[in-house]
Amino acid sequence: MSEMKFSEEHEWISLDGDIATIGITDYAQEQLGDVVYVELPQVGKQVKSGDDMAVVESVKAASEVYAPVSGEVTAVNEALSDAPDAVNSDALGAGWFVKIRLSDPSELDKLMDQAAYAAFIAGLG
Amino acid sequence: MAATGRTPGTISGNRGLQIEEPLIFEQGGVGRTGVDFEEPVRREDRLGGLAREGEIGLPGLSEPEVMRHFMRLSQKNFAIDAGFYPLGSCTMKHNPRLNERLARLPGLGDLHPMQPEATVQGALELIDSLARWLKLLTGMEAVALSPAAGAQGELCGMMCIRAALEAKGDARRRVLVPESAHGTNPATAAACGYEIDAVANNARGRVDLGAVKAKLNDDVAAIMLTNPNTCGLFEDEILEIARAVHEVGAYFYCDGANFNAIVGKVRPGDLGIDAMHLNLHKTFSTPHGGGGPGSGPVVLSGALAPFAPLPFVVHGEEGFRLVEHRGETEDEGQRAIGRLKGFHGQMGMFIRALAYMMSHGGDGLRQVAEDAVLNANYLLAGLEDVLTVSYPGHCMHEVLFDDGFLEDTGVSTLDFAKALIDEGFHPTTIYFPLVVRGAMLMEPTETESKAALDQFIATVRGLAAAAKSGDAAKFHDAPKLTPRRRLDETGAARHPVLRWRPAPDKAAG
Repeated sequence: MSEMKFSEEHEWISLDGDIATIGITDYAQEQLGDVVYVELPQVGKQVKSGDDMAVVESVKAASEVYAPVSGEVTAVNEALSDAPDAVNSDALGAGWFVKIRLSDPSELDKLMDQAAYAAFIAGLG
Repeated sequence: MAATGRTPGTISGNRGLQIEEPLIFEQGGVGRTGVDFEEPVRREDRLGGLAREGEIGLPGLSEPEVMRHFMRLSQKNFAIDAGFYPLGSCTMKHNPRLNERLARLPGLGDLHPMQPEATVQGALELIDSLARWLKLLTGMEAVALSPAAGAQGELCGMMCIRAALEAKGDARRRVLVPESAHGTNPATAAACGYEIDAVANNARGRVDLGAVKAKLNDDVAAIMLTNPNTCGLFEDEILEIARAVHEVGAYFYCDGANFNAIVGKVRPGDLGIDAMHLNLHKTFSTPHGGGGPGSGPVVLSGALAPFAPLPFVVHGEEGFRLVEHRGETEDEGQRAIGRLKGFHGQMGMFIRALAYMMSHGGDGLRQVAEDAVLNANYLLAGLEDVLTVSYPGHCMHEVLFDDGFLEDTGVSTLDFAKALIDEGFHPTTIYFPLVVRGAMLMEPTETESKAALDQFIATVRGLAAAAKSGDAAKFHDAPKLTPRRRLDETGAARHPVLRWRPAPDKAAG
């Protein structure tokens, strides 16, 4: 796996070949509070970068999760329907949302690396 | 028994005169009853052998047991009649008893919606008068009274907008909704088949005019804006927004949930608004649930008026009558979007709202808005040095704080709200609007006295001092004095128990 990339909408993305695994960041899960429900897309769905891809619902709010890259959804994390708390306990691991086969790898260049994302959230106060 | 800190420590389980009350299904017994029926004489089986085999499990209670049960439940309820209820965005203000008295007059309270029109001329005149008042206060051409609540009013308004566009053969796909909007706004637009395009706020907590203009084109059906907005601020660029929206042929929907801040001061029709719902249970003091249903009339501009839903009251040669079906002409509902609700709307709320308007008069309604804004600014002035104000300057009818003042205290907005319960206040709205972190939205309404506001301010100041002094435990355990301690909201959402079932030993019997 490559190093993680991050979006300004607080998604993380980790690449293995042309398959990107996507979830929400630790900062995002902390802001949301206890996650109680995750709505995931259908496998096979085509998403464009910036599209609503999933919905994450916490005790505080329901928020959309945007696709940070374009491509076809090849897998979703079914385990989240029974155990949405994985998003809180292991946002960057077991709490992954979807896997997408990239249609345009150059989109990755627009995303931030770990250091840039850390600086970005520090700036949010 | 182990001391869990969750039991009151009394022998009875009661907490003083606050009685621990089981569910009604967990009380009583088979055979006990509040009524004394004679044993049936005929006993022949006429059910073809389909008689039930087991108990049906209904509780058997005597009349005093039933009375006590519901009395005790009512005592656990917190309502506007019980205390200060500063729930921002909801306008929890006093419901005048005059409204209730008039709604119970036999000539109104005993009406049936299927009575012949000739026998309900007074009721129809009342609906007509209410319509006239609402049109006068909003400066709009028409009003649809039937929507049953604010959200249905939104749906009605957006359906009229869609119908107007389709009538011109101008189908459009997008609706602009600010990030600070009530959640019902994007939900309404989506229900009407539109794509939602979120518009950012500017640093002043208002909708960003530049962002609106950048998104406007001939594919935009409407903008849905709340004014004053959910941050409690007046959208001061609204005239420019309306002009820009109309320039591209789109319509301007205004969420009128906060009309109580401007009633008698500003006419939405003068702001270029095409449709706006009015929550009678907010601005016009009808009850929020429990005491009666909501009601969400929608005022419409001339462009949208022909599409207003059925039924509506018209005044003809033989008195008042209802137009209930699409007629041959526009005045007879030829282009109406149809019917949104059974019968004529929430008649009981119409009576209460009209009673409120007529008893206050135009000048009184203006004072309602002025006092609501004054009270919110009094809270702002009393708290701005200890809490964190989200946006500088005066507010309208509600004041928004964020959780900046709780930084590094280990206390969250939720904890702070729970501590307010121990102090005898209904918590403020929390975590809404979403545009600030850890929001606390306070709406005192015009019906609270200075003494009530002073007590609330002193309490919040005391709690803020406790949080900053490092007493986080006080907050994490709150509420401590309620019949139940803090509920496990996460557990309830992740593993909801939606149905009561008898305890196993009872079920076996």
